[in-house]
Amino acid sequence: MTRTFKHRHLLGIEELEAEDIFLLLDLSERFLEISERPLKKVPTLRGKTVINLFMESSTRTRGSFEIAGKRLSADVINQSSSGSSSSKGETLLDMAKNLGAMNPDVVVVRHRAAGTAHFLSRHLDASIVNAGDGMHEHPTQALLDCATIRRHKKQFEGLEVAILGDVSHSRVARSDILALTKLGARIRVAGPRTLLPIGLESLGVEVFDRIESAIEGADVVMALRLQEERQRSGLIPGNREFSRFFGVDNSRLALAKPDAIVMHPGPMNRGVEISPEVADGPRSVILEQVTYGVAVRMAILYLMAGSESTE
Amino acid sequence: MTDLYLQRGRLIDPSSGLDQEGDLLIREGRIEALGPDLTPPEGIRVLDARDLWITPGLIDLHVHLREPGQEYKETIESGCRSAAAGGFTAVCSMPNTTPPNDSRAVTEYILRQAQIANSARVYPLGAISEGQKGERLAEIGEMAEAGICALTDDGFPVMDALLMRRALEYGRTFGLTLCQHAEDSCLSKGGVMNEGIHSTRAGLRGIPAAAETTMVERDIRLVELTGAHYHVAHISTSSAVEAVRQAKARGLPVTCEVTPHHLYLTDHRCLTYDTSTKMNPPLRTDEDVEAMRVGLADGTIDAVATDHAPHSSIEKDIEFEDAAFGIVGLETALPLVLNLVQDGLLTEMQAIDRLSTGPARIYQLPGGSLQIGSVADVTVIDPEYRWQVDPEAFESKGRNTPFTGWNMTGRAIFTVVGGQVVHEQERTTS
Repeated sequence: MTRTFKHRHLLGIEELEAEDIFLLLDLSERFLEISERPLKKVPTLRGKTVINLFMESSTRTRGSFEIAGKRLSADVINQSSSGSSSSKGETLLDMAKNLGAMNPDVVVVRHRAAGTAHFLSRHLDASIVNAGDGMHEHPTQALLDCATIRRHKKQFEGLEVAILGDVSHSRVARSDILALTKLGARIRVAGPRTLLPIGLESLGVEVFDRIESAIEGADVVMALRLQEERQRSGLIPGNREFSRFFGVDNSRLALAKPDAIVMHPGPMNRGVEISPEVADGPRSVILEQVTYGVAVRMAILYLMAGSESTE
Repeated sequence: MTDLYLQRGRLIDPSSGLDQEGDLLIREGRIEALGPDLTPPEGIRVLDARDLWITPGLIDLHVHLREPGQEYKETIESGCRSAAAGGFTAVCSMPNTTPPNDSRAVTEYILRQAQIANSARVYPLGAISEGQKGERLAEIGEMAEAGICALTDDGFPVMDALLMRRALEYGRTFGLTLCQHAEDSCLSKGGVMNEGIHSTRAGLRGIPAAAETTMVERDIRLVELTGAHYHVAHISTSSAVEAVRQAKARGLPVTCEVTPHHLYLTDHRCLTYDTSTKMNPPLRTDEDVEAMRVGLADGTIDAVATDHAPHSSIEKDIEFEDAAFGIVGLETALPLVLNLVQDGLLTEMQAIDRLSTGPARIYQLPGGSLQIGSVADVTVIDPEYRWQVDPEAFESKGRNTPFTGWNMTGRAIFTVVGGQVVHEQERTTS
């Protein structure tokens, strides 16, 4: 490989340049093949230790990282905790120092608070991979989304990507907006204004009130998960109304380009932000996203755990 | 010993407009004489003030001393030492202690501890409401008798407009100014930094500028209704400054203060998730910083107050969203204000006014003046003293500052309270 990845951590898409993202996407394609073999394991990261520190519930992302690490022969340890500094128990800093004392090569961290990966990167020698920090970023999700989009659309320049629903609380949306913008795609977002953060335009995003306008002529339609909590905290009147005005269904999807693909970061609320017909329909690439998730995470772990010992 | 002779300094007194070279004679804790033609009386302690400014003692209207209740963060003793080291001869202490200062007993306790500390003076503010709960008035008359200087529920904005009206009226009865932490806590709920493009980028919940401005605007209407003196604590938004400017133009008894950090720093800094950039009100935008500077220069903003808020590593070395609001400020305020003189924004006289005479006027405190007969609270400043901020060297127990490593110019060399030197700084610059 002639290009090199110059980052020691993957804290967010913010820190990456387009060439870094392309390098990761290219590498992911190579790792995709490993997952298709009868024997899905290579010795690449033998002797390396990866700690999955998941301090917020997650099944898919944690499983994806675990499979990625194991297919590369790394020793993968899962540590789960829902503890926080404010509640009883040890502080994040103490936990980090204890992990550091065990000399891991990579720490993959998921946490409900924004900035946690940055915080750990200042206190640990290991490479830190952000697996989702509060409402901030979820860079590996953005990378797997980009990989999926590239497979279907070949290139990003001029693509129209509609990101729909609860953008405010979505770290996936933030990372996707950053990544796709860097790659040359154009982003439109739509949703109730109570779920759109202030200043999105400054990120180069076009903001619509109604999702029909955002979907019209789009190449990619991405629905975001609407959490139950949004209804409880009064940001929307209720799920029923949300799905009527902001849910992606077949009639709205018909406004997109004929070859548009439909994405969702999961887990889905069928019948809320996405109708079952769309989720299971011919344009849905939702399960391909999951497949790419493993490949992208293999690429990340490979770069983070030190590629000097390989090939 | 409360007699002291300050020799050959530059006397700067905003209360009289005096700015000239001269000496200052202190007898029995009061200023007895000043000017160019004095000679030191026999046997008096003489301090050399060559190349230094002799100013009325600096007064900080907004300080959290944490005692009683959170002595691991700060004590009255450590807070007063920190004040003296920063050139402050007096601090106004906020009532959000444990228990809060909502009664005569707590007020008396604070004053007694301050007396034992024997350093900077402490003027306690009393709570507006019982337990700072925003429900019913505290025993304000008794606290006034015990020696509070003003009223506030700082940290707990008075959301109930009727309670606010009553507090303004009742406080006025006892000659007390009402200081409001202006924040609509419904609008700001859950917020940890300024709402704007940077909160969107950081994925952190925002506190909109409107949370402050709407509260200030509401309160100004209540000032019209009651005629009571109202003071906005740590103002931070350009629109709130504009509201105060207009209220003053209409002749209303409204004043406000700004912190040094809101004169320098913006919400862009929160992108590092460094918890020393987390405070309430939060760091705002470039436009707001500019409005603070303009407001301070044109007199809309009457005072610089630090909102000195010491916290320990327990509250600060954690996730940004969970970390406590607040930074320390007593030992970095003076050079930050003096730097505005270097920037051409303030005159020397204005700088001292905003740090001393202005604050004294707002709560009608002793000091803020070098005039004969005034209490001898005096700060002697080296405006050329160069130093670098090292939190480990603070007198405060708090280390939580966003100014670590900043190169500062200007420092208090002598801090004099009632004629007594409570802090002395080596003059060899570091």
